[in-house]
Amino acid sequence: MAAHVVAKKTYFTVFATLIGLTALTTYVATIDLGPLNIVVALLIAMCKASLVVLFFMHLRWSSRLMHVVGVAALFWLAILLALTLSDYRTRPWTPAGKPWGTSNIQFNR
Amino acid sequence: MSEVRSAALAEQFEDLDQQHEASSLGMWVFLATEIMFFGGLFAGYSVYRGLYFPGFDAGSALLNVKVGALNTALLLCSSLTMALGVRAATLGKRRELATFLVLTILLGLTFVGIKLGVEWHHDYLEHLAPGINFAYEGPNARAVELFFVFYFFMTGVHALHMVVGVSILAVLLWMTFRGRFGPERYNPVEMAGLYWHFVDIIWIFLYPLLYLIGAHH
Repeated sequence: MAAHVVAKKTYFTVFATLIGLTALTTYVATIDLGPLNIVVALLIAMCKASLVVLFFMHLRWSSRLMHVVGVAALFWLAILLALTLSDYRTRPWTPAGKPWGTSNIQFNR
Repeated sequence: MSEVRSAALAEQFEDLDQQHEASSLGMWVFLATEIMFFGGLFAGYSVYRGLYFPGFDAGSALLNVKVGALNTALLLCSSLTMALGVRAATLGKRRELATFLVLTILLGLTFVGIKLGVEWHHDYLEHLAPGINFAYEGPNARAVELFFVFYFFMTGVHALHMVVGVSILAVLLWMTFRGRFGPERYNPVEMAGLYWHFVDIIWIFLYPLLYLIGAHH
């Protein structure tokens, strides 16, 4: 059957790049970039994850169907993160409610 | 399609390509559910890191970056040996497959050994285990404790996945010795490889989120 056999050299190159990126992210983390530290670290992590998915997991040579599943998985993850964080991050925007029992509304006049 | 059905072909499939496609689809869908499983933990982590940033920063600074980096390298190595193992299986090279499976298992076990035996043990002795002996003194102590809840839970669930992965590879090794794989019969090895690489990817994100965010101190 038509299995895609990748040259060993490709795997070694990908592996060397992954180790290099690990060294890079470890080094960059020692420099204080303020809020940019986490951004850089996550960008490098995404690069590493993409390399693993595309080459080690063969997604690069897989059929369209696997690409759809992969993209769908990321899309669901994006929904999970976006909706959860948009809730928590916007809570301070609205004024805090008054404690129970101190409402201005009088029910029993 | 050839007239002679391959012995590696299950009867419900038309040909080996279709069988391979079905296995791959099943595995990728499973991995999508795994992304949602770990995604919940990552979302929880993000929310609490946003709320208690100084405590997470201080908690991360208590972890040993060198050990984390070493473990990252070990896991990347194991992904390389796994990829080479799958390649050997595709080519029907059984001896090479067995060698790479053994290497992958050893690297995986070393990772778990360092994680649990060295790091967790050290954290326990440092009184950093929430709910057991947590006794951190300093500002934001409660937030540091929360960081360590996430640290132990996320690395724990990840280590559990590693143990499952090693067990699967051990079964594959036994099957390799029994002569169960060949040039047309390697789907189980490839699917186990997908799972192994996925667990590697989870660690690729855990490493910066747990070890590196406090490394600038």
